[in-house]
Amino acid sequence: MENAFSAALSRRNLLRQAGVAGLATFTSSSWAQSVVNLPLPGGVDERQITTSFPQKGTMILQRTRAPLLETPFEVFDKGVFTPNDEFFVRWHWSVIPTSIDVDTFRLNVHGHVERPLSLTLRDIQALPQIEYAAVNQCSGNSRGFFQPRVPGGEWGNGAMGNALWTGVSLKAVLDRAGVKSGAVQVRLNGLDEALGKDGPDFIKSLSVDHARDGEVMIAYAMNGEQLPLLNGFPLRLVVPGWYATYWMKMLNDIEVLDSPDTNFWMKTAYTIPDTPHADIKPGQTGVPLVPINKLNPRSFITNIKAGAKLEAGEPAVVRGIAFGGDTGVKRVDFSHDGGKTWEAAHLGKDEGKYSFRRWQTRFTPEKGDHTLMVRCTNDRDDVQPDQPNWNPSGFMRNVIEATLVLAA
Amino acid sequence: MTRKILPLALVVATALALPPAQAKARFVLKSEEVKLPQSDRALPEGPGRDVVQNNCFTCHSAGMILTQPPLLKATWEAEVAKMRNVYKARVDDKDVPAIVDYLTAVKGPK
Repeated sequence: MENAFSAALSRRNLLRQAGVAGLATFTSSSWAQSVVNLPLPGGVDERQITTSFPQKGTMILQRTRAPLLETPFEVFDKGVFTPNDEFFVRWHWSVIPTSIDVDTFRLNVHGHVERPLSLTLRDIQALPQIEYAAVNQCSGNSRGFFQPRVPGGEWGNGAMGNALWTGVSLKAVLDRAGVKSGAVQVRLNGLDEALGKDGPDFIKSLSVDHARDGEVMIAYAMNGEQLPLLNGFPLRLVVPGWYATYWMKMLNDIEVLDSPDTNFWMKTAYTIPDTPHADIKPGQTGVPLVPINKLNPRSFITNIKAGAKLEAGEPAVVRGIAFGGDTGVKRVDFSHDGGKTWEAAHLGKDEGKYSFRRWQTRFTPEKGDHTLMVRCTNDRDDVQPDQPNWNPSGFMRNVIEATLVLAA
Repeated sequence: MTRKILPLALVVATALALPPAQAKARFVLKSEEVKLPQSDRALPEGPGRDVVQNNCFTCHSAGMILTQPPLLKATWEAEVAKMRNVYKARVDDKDVPAIVDYLTAVKGPK
């Protein structure tokens, strides 16, 4: 697969591709003024670029406190792994510890267990190590594209990232504590705190079976390094194939529950309409709500931006990333005519079913406007819809992306 | 013959006794300490701006408001109510109309 993938790149195509990417990146955006245009329908779509957050490089500033930092989309063209210093950041409350001592940090396990535990980082690292790649995507990634618009973090498409996560299985830790029979959920809490005593502390729960599936991980490293503090140092829960809301940062408390968790962050916040694609009509009421859960498939073009100019009659390389959600990428199809015809793209190296996967193809545009589209089908034959979903929280957008370009 | 086998057997036994996590070099975690930046953004001038800043900035910086799209007054009322009822923001009843009016003026449909 890799050879076929590489062979698609002739020297001429490499040059062309550099030209296209160069045009899109350096002339049509306004990096020089430290501002980026996302762009979002109806505005406000300008965002400051920031380099002032610790352990972070160049990020799109959504909110300073509590930090909301978006990954500039160009980063996704560099490869399937998102660098730690460019990985998106999202905190609910502004009370975040700014220093973590690795010797005094403890992870507590308690509740419906035989043996409550207070584990050091060394205790945790002594357990068998596991490692895999997985996409971490905010429930509200791409919320800014919802129409009608909805309040919340007004993200473009950069509230997602893919990393190689290293740690121990949550199961190994739970087994050490001995989950008692009758346990139903496992509740995760991090070191961040609500402001004032009354606000709801950010806590999330998984079913006991999910928590003990052997895949859900307590990660102490991402991409081979310890986590940046803003990404959850020293420990972060990794729930592969599920939205980032469950990926508790600065995880320091695990409580095994013998009754369902009805806390605000499970019962009210982060709930979705129980409909296909979590889709309802604006104003529609009376729809049952369920906690958000599995990721859905998505795909993006990463080397050509909307409004890019291509050379008519010359083959152009189009490439990007795709992910299947809670299962792998089966195929990625590309259309250069607004979805009238589709052709399978070459898939890049398989880094595991929860990872971003590179795709690439070529097309030779005739003179005129072209609507480029990309569509991912996952291993369960879930396919991206051709109409955008809508819900009042701005969750789970995964419509087929369209990119308008001009060939002259 | 036995002399040669014995050390080999010892090596094998030692290797088996070591769990993989210890056989591999352990990932050494180091303490982290950071400083988070302060927001340097302000809200646009307008009636009620001080009331908004005094109340809303307790929990979040101006970016939360500045990045919002145009929203209807009813949506802003619901947002302010959510901040008070759910997130327990300590906003006096008397401040609510000024906050909603400011947000609708600055971030309402044009």
